[in-house]
Amino acid sequence: MAEGAFAEAGADLELVGIHKRFPGFTAIEDLDLRIPAGSFFALLGPSGCGKTTTLRLVAGLEQPTSGRILIGGKDVTDVKSFKRPVNTVFQSYALFPHMTVLENVAFGLRRRGIPDPLGKAHEALRLVELDHLSARRPAQLSGGQQQRVALARAVVNRPALLLLDEPLGALDLKLRRQMQLELKSIQTDVGLTFLHVTHDPEEALTMADTVAVMNKGKIEQMGAPEELYELPKTAFVANFLGQSNLFTGPVVSSKGDSIIVDIAGVKVEVPSARAQRHTDEVTIGVRPEKLMLHTEAPRKAAGVNVLGPGRVTDVSFSGVSTQYQIAIPGLGLVTVFAQNMVFGPVVNVGAEAWVAWTVDHGFGLADEPEHAPKFAADTDTATIALQTRHELLAEIEEA
Amino acid sequence: MAFAAFGSSAAPVEQAPRRRSWVAVILLLPGLAYLALFFLTPFISLILTSLQTPVEFGDVGQFQQAFKIENYAQVVGEYWPHFLRAFGYALAATFFALVISYPLAYFIGVKARRWPLLQALMLTLVIAPFFISFLLRTLAWKSLMADETPLVQGLKALSIIPSDGHLTGTAFSVIFGLTYNFIPFMTLPLYTTLERLDTRYLEAGSDLYAAPATTFWKVTVPLSMPGIVSGTLLTFIPASGDYINASASFLGSAQTQMVGNVIETNFLGLLNYPAAAALSVILMAVILLIVGIYVRRSGTEDLL
Repeated sequence: MAEGAFAEAGADLELVGIHKRFPGFTAIEDLDLRIPAGSFFALLGPSGCGKTTTLRLVAGLEQPTSGRILIGGKDVTDVKSFKRPVNTVFQSYALFPHMTVLENVAFGLRRRGIPDPLGKAHEALRLVELDHLSARRPAQLSGGQQQRVALARAVVNRPALLLLDEPLGALDLKLRRQMQLELKSIQTDVGLTFLHVTHDPEEALTMADTVAVMNKGKIEQMGAPEELYELPKTAFVANFLGQSNLFTGPVVSSKGDSIIVDIAGVKVEVPSARAQRHTDEVTIGVRPEKLMLHTEAPRKAAGVNVLGPGRVTDVSFSGVSTQYQIAIPGLGLVTVFAQNMVFGPVVNVGAEAWVAWTVDHGFGLADEPEHAPKFAADTDTATIALQTRHELLAEIEEA
Repeated sequence: MAFAAFGSSAAPVEQAPRRRSWVAVILLLPGLAYLALFFLTPFISLILTSLQTPVEFGDVGQFQQAFKIENYAQVVGEYWPHFLRAFGYALAATFFALVISYPLAYFIGVKARRWPLLQALMLTLVIAPFFISFLLRTLAWKSLMADETPLVQGLKALSIIPSDGHLTGTAFSVIFGLTYNFIPFMTLPLYTTLERLDTRYLEAGSDLYAAPATTFWKVTVPLSMPGIVSGTLLTFIPASGDYINASASFLGSAQTQMVGNVIETNFLGLLNYPAAAALSVILMAVILLIVGIYVRRSGTEDLL
């Protein structure tokens, strides 16, 4: 970046064939990514999926084992971090404890010889509404205030690309919401490219234009938030972004623009365009809020899938909606979110129930059936507990 | 506490945090007694001695109590070059010790973090010289720098020192000796602060366009200021009062005498106790003054 001048606008970021190996494990495997200038891009995934490593590679704090990094079309793979037109809001904030808030914010400006660093620092602090605390030391601020200072310290440099490493992680819910909105408005105001790393799906969905879901060093799926949510392509995405009811069975026929899958003896229809695989064993799914709960067997109708009867095993009321768990013999537990249109739950535990959904709401996953989660046929408490235990153990081993 | 629980039924008053605790006083007592007996008493005695005057027609070393303030003027007039030399040498030794110790401490405390065994080994090596007497080690340097050694012969051959020059007995050898002997006192406090240095601040510096050298001066050095201050104090204070390195029987000569040496000579050789005492009081006062200004100027109060 030119000495003494700001970036004119956000820049594209392009990662080409990035591999990153640490002694003993591979953090990133063959990552290709293109983030257009001016967009708010979120990299979403569980801890240990390689998202923070990706961010550190872009910031220049780590070197890729192989692959190229391009910012605004310029190859910066071998450019040192202090020469990259990139600023980071660190997860730990990393505010310099020996400087005042003002000096912290002016640090980057001074290094680049930008005229009037203190004036611009005050301006950036006004943006995050902390100018009145500019003479304090970071240790004298609350967590939320420190986070805003860290943001001001990065934004004041008008980087072509702003990296955010779970910057809202330490905040309480209310402050988090407020900061999410503030971040989004800053991004729109200054027109920078934001790369936001988070493990919180809700944060990614509400803030980003484009979300990439990362798992085990690879991008599982990338797209607009609605697209990712409504049409997940893998079981991981289906379950990491909200909840999903997944069923596995063989494709028995395909008629016109949809496929028919045999789920424990019941024929279920999924639109071909929304299914990744059209033959053999497939895993299909539907979101819990798309399910309709019926207390009587619904009449057969075209364009509607029905499963049941089953027994309601759990009802939990959460204000806006009620979550029902229905055990369907041969299928396992099905989760339904029903909006509270009347006062409180409409079905009680032990009641007989059917679930139905519009064919258009189903989706088919790309996972090989042997990797896709299957529901245990026998869903007594012990089995569920055992399954949960296995899942937890697997999770611990992964971490 | 138990008594308080059964105490009066009066409205519970917020307990003041600074409650007088007899336990604390009793625990402090041995330390206070020690200081009173072994610091305060000798210090008063020292001041009284510094004001004594020789007994008329008495023997050498016979003095009586007086209020002879001229003693101070006299020793300053006579020994001011030794004071200058002491502070000059101590300053130089502190500087060199800092320059040598900082990279060493940085390596042990920051770079070697991933290898705790290497860290422990290097720290042991820093402390290892303490296992051998300070006098022996200084004498060993004297023989290493003696005129007939290959080192001195080589330096003469390269005309770095003149053919009739020496290495021992010079300002160089005294400063060298002081630096060598006080390096561990510099390295250890530096290590303890650098060991806690959060390297994420360095990453933040680099992220904010600061080149490694700039990050070092603007971030690393200020953050390690507590270690620098305590290391320099631990080196400068004892070095300015040192009388071993500069003495003619070790690395010094008559031309390199520091104030510690003249105190020794006055006390043990000339038996001029008031002069030795006056010199000691002045040395102490000047060190206090220098240290006070230094600690203020370095602004480490809020970092400590």
